[in-house]
Amino acid sequence: MRRSLSRTARTQKSLMSKIQDMNWALVIVLCAIAAGGFVMLYSVAGGSVDPWAKRQMIRFLPALGLMLVIALIDVRVWLFLAYPIYALALALLIAVEFTGVSGMGAQRWIDLGVMQLQPSEVMKIAVVLALARYYHTSTLIEARLLKNLFMPLLLLAIPSYFVLRQPDLGTTLLIIFGGLAVMFAAGVRMWIFGAGLAAVLAAVPVVWQLLRPYQKSRVLTFLDPERDPLGAGYHIMQSKIALGSGGVFGKGFMQGTQSQLNFLPEKQTDFIFTMLAEEFGLIGALTLLGLYMVVLSYGVLMSFSVRSQFGRLLSLGVTTTLFLYVFINTAMVMGLLPVVGVPLPLMSYGGSAMMTFMVGMGLILSVALHRDIRIPRGGAFA
Amino acid sequence: MALKDDDSRYHMYSRRAAMLAGGKLLLVSGLVGRLYYLQVLQRDQYEVLAEENRISLRILAPERGKILDRYGRELATNRRDFRVTLIPEQSQDVEGTLAALSGIVSLTPRDLRRIRRAIRRQRAFIPVTIADNLSWSAFAKVNLSLPDLPGVQPEVGVTRDYPYKHLGAHILGYVGAPNQDEVGDDPVLELPGFRVGKNGMERVLDRRLRGLAGNSKVEVNAVGRVIREVSRVDSISGEDMHLTLDLDLQQFAAQRLSTESASAVVMDVQNGDVLALASTPSYDPNDFNTGISQKKWDQLIGDIRKPLINKAVSGQYPPGSTFKMIVALAALEAGVVTPTEQIFCNGEYELGDHTFHCWKKHGHGNMDLDQAIAQSCDVYFFEIARRVGIDKISDMARRFGLGEKYDLEIPAEARGLIPGRGWKLATEGKRWQQGDTVNVGIGQGYVLTTPLQLAVMTARIANGGVKVEPVLRRRSQHEVQEGDSPTTVGGWAEQLGAFPEKPQDSTGDDVGVSPRYMRQIMSAMTSVTSDTEGTAYASRLDVAGMGMAGKTGTAQVRRITKQERESGVLKNEDIPWLSRDHALFVGYAPVDKPRYAIAVVVEHGGSGSSAAAPVARDILRHALENDKRRDAQREADEGQKT
Repeated sequence: MRRSLSRTARTQKSLMSKIQDMNWALVIVLCAIAAGGFVMLYSVAGGSVDPWAKRQMIRFLPALGLMLVIALIDVRVWLFLAYPIYALALALLIAVEFTGVSGMGAQRWIDLGVMQLQPSEVMKIAVVLALARYYHTSTLIEARLLKNLFMPLLLLAIPSYFVLRQPDLGTTLLIIFGGLAVMFAAGVRMWIFGAGLAAVLAAVPVVWQLLRPYQKSRVLTFLDPERDPLGAGYHIMQSKIALGSGGVFGKGFMQGTQSQLNFLPEKQTDFIFTMLAEEFGLIGALTLLGLYMVVLSYGVLMSFSVRSQFGRLLSLGVTTTLFLYVFINTAMVMGLLPVVGVPLPLMSYGGSAMMTFMVGMGLILSVALHRDIRIPRGGAFA
Repeated sequence: MALKDDDSRYHMYSRRAAMLAGGKLLLVSGLVGRLYYLQVLQRDQYEVLAEENRISLRILAPERGKILDRYGRELATNRRDFRVTLIPEQSQDVEGTLAALSGIVSLTPRDLRRIRRAIRRQRAFIPVTIADNLSWSAFAKVNLSLPDLPGVQPEVGVTRDYPYKHLGAHILGYVGAPNQDEVGDDPVLELPGFRVGKNGMERVLDRRLRGLAGNSKVEVNAVGRVIREVSRVDSISGEDMHLTLDLDLQQFAAQRLSTESASAVVMDVQNGDVLALASTPSYDPNDFNTGISQKKWDQLIGDIRKPLINKAVSGQYPPGSTFKMIVALAALEAGVVTPTEQIFCNGEYELGDHTFHCWKKHGHGNMDLDQAIAQSCDVYFFEIARRVGIDKISDMARRFGLGEKYDLEIPAEARGLIPGRGWKLATEGKRWQQGDTVNVGIGQGYVLTTPLQLAVMTARIANGGVKVEPVLRRRSQHEVQEGDSPTTVGGWAEQLGAFPEKPQDSTGDDVGVSPRYMRQIMSAMTSVTSDTEGTAYASRLDVAGMGMAGKTGTAQVRRITKQERESGVLKNEDIPWLSRDHALFVGYAPVDKPRYAIAVVVEHGGSGSSAAAPVARDILRHALENDKRRDAQREADEGQKT
């Protein structure tokens, strides 16, 4: 009796118990990161909530709400909706091909009237959902069969093609690596990844020909920033100067000369981490990185106790995507990667990355809340 | 089966997820390592770069020292000048800015070429002058449109100004933009409008006139807008230079020489102060400030009267009869002639197979020393020169300051030439001949002197044989104490105060000639102007109690052939200007209490008595009258006080 009751509790939790079980500590850490973003945006504006900090706060609240709603929805619903969401995201992605609004030199936005939607952002999560669902339904043996590689690769290749056409190299990389992480964790044979890496290296000269001039210039400048210190290399140089001159303790809040005097480019968006590191030093930078790592390691550690393959893969895939988001941005501003135009989610000014991050976190929390539910391979409610 | 399968999936997942997590950890440690590298290990380097970004160093040009006459009147000074400059690195579109500017100030194609060349050559943070000497209204218009002209800076600068134009140009010299060699690595020289001395005292004393540049560190943002001044070191103005020159006298001398190719030097016989050092024709140093036009330059260069040459110190002339005092002193000291001994002049003097001619064709008759100097008898001096010999004449010339350079701190001072046996052997490879000595006896032949040297010689005669040296610039006390090191320590003005009346600057050595002979010579020089037979009687100075003593000289610049002498020597008016005789006069006044010595040389002016003596007389009279007026003024002032 008690046993069956507890089993029922595991599969059919009440809303109240879900709210109780929610990892509120994690939510607070997320809010702390976002608050750090507000503080930096206040500093960017020279000590003013306008034009960035206030609007960022206004955006954060619905994103937070959305995250909680997503978290409370049964993970089986997400399994059920995985393919439809993927299909919708792909449709939107193709739609921007024709009706897209240009921003920052690339076709990325679709106008929904109330807000502008970036289908490529949706796709980052949708790809993980779709692949998690695909591998949820296959056994390990099936997953390791070569012929069963076709479907997942197609799921990856189609959106990648359209995002790369926009052209948005950073997002393409996020989509591909997020998807690959799911495939990797699902058990796809190791040598396939080895072969894939070899194929990519072989394809580099071919892809090089296809890159846009500005993308080529970014890669070349990354390899040698002094190549063009007043042009493309300027961003990397100024960012490194800002970081380095911040030192251990930083120059102090609103005292960053590189950012306050505008030597640092795009500091409210892609280079906001640099600004933080200039004004708060190594200590500030490590603190922020630490907060991100707390959030993201939760996604991984928690997944080991999840009973469904879908939940595990979803949690790991989303975590990886969000990790890469943070990693690519910070590595880029430190001069470890080419400037590919990836913002720092929650910190950078702008709603899309924030929304992706919060939706992703919502899914992870949903997996966590429903970790005890066993889901048959056949389907969500089978 | 299903459970077992799920287990295998879980195990695979756990392994793979752990691997992925490990990979991510590796990436994160990469980030941390990079942050440590940038923010700890490389911090100092990036801090410097950040400072270089933020701080812009503006050089503050020092004001150039003034050059003043003995009464503090400004001969070279600085004038306010409205100009517009452009800092190339702050202008996004240099050509667009230039186009916009040319709507306000007129820019010729030549200006545009100069600007573009400067932009190419200079470092991008150094301002380039677009236009200077702007009117106030044009300057105000530029200021109004400033927001649309990034990098453009309106400036109120200073320009070197010589208010008296041609007057004293040869002493002052002029300034100009530094050339590439001069710029070196001193950034102040790259500032627009900065000038360095190119000639004259401006050049010789350039370092001290220049002063020390200051700087202003300002914080700028990425587009170069100045946010605030961080620190400032004010520039230190260059030293003011106090000359011994008397502007009035200089002006009078220059006017009196008028358009002749001539020079005059007036010296205080006691302390060597040079009160006037005029050379005509002259030039306007203001023309050189911003680069002289080719046409004006060609005119200056092409003029046979050589306006660019400072004839008072660079001109070397045979002294002619003005040299006779030296020959007489040498002969008296050697005892080869007595003042009363008479030598007969029949107009000719034979030496070996050569005949030397007196300027007076049929001779002067019997001449004693006094008469020989007063009437400038050549035969008398041929004879005593032969008697005393070149060695003693050269020695006496040197003791009176001929053949010597004086550091007047103006360029191109010539040494002149006092010949001797060794000199001739060394330069011409020939032995000194007695005929050479005879020629030197009347200041012809090899001997060459500058007007400055002649003034020194006359001063040393007039002051009774004190080896006075010419002084053109009054050194400050500081300079005297510290030696000649260039310095820019403040407080010059206080140390100097009013113009210090300096008693005696020279060594105080004596020429070592017996006062008896000195009196003899002075008396003879007095006869030149007071004796009715004297060559400068017509130019006597008849101010009460203020006579002038002197000596005329007429230096031959061409050879008179035997044929011409037989048919009658051509008059100066009948031959080309360049072949005419130089007219010379040296003198001093007042006769009984000498104060001023003067030397006047009029190139190709004809005879000394007609062309040079009147000029000298007028200049000396002016000097004496000025003194008298000043004394009266001083007495009146003192009378008021008591």
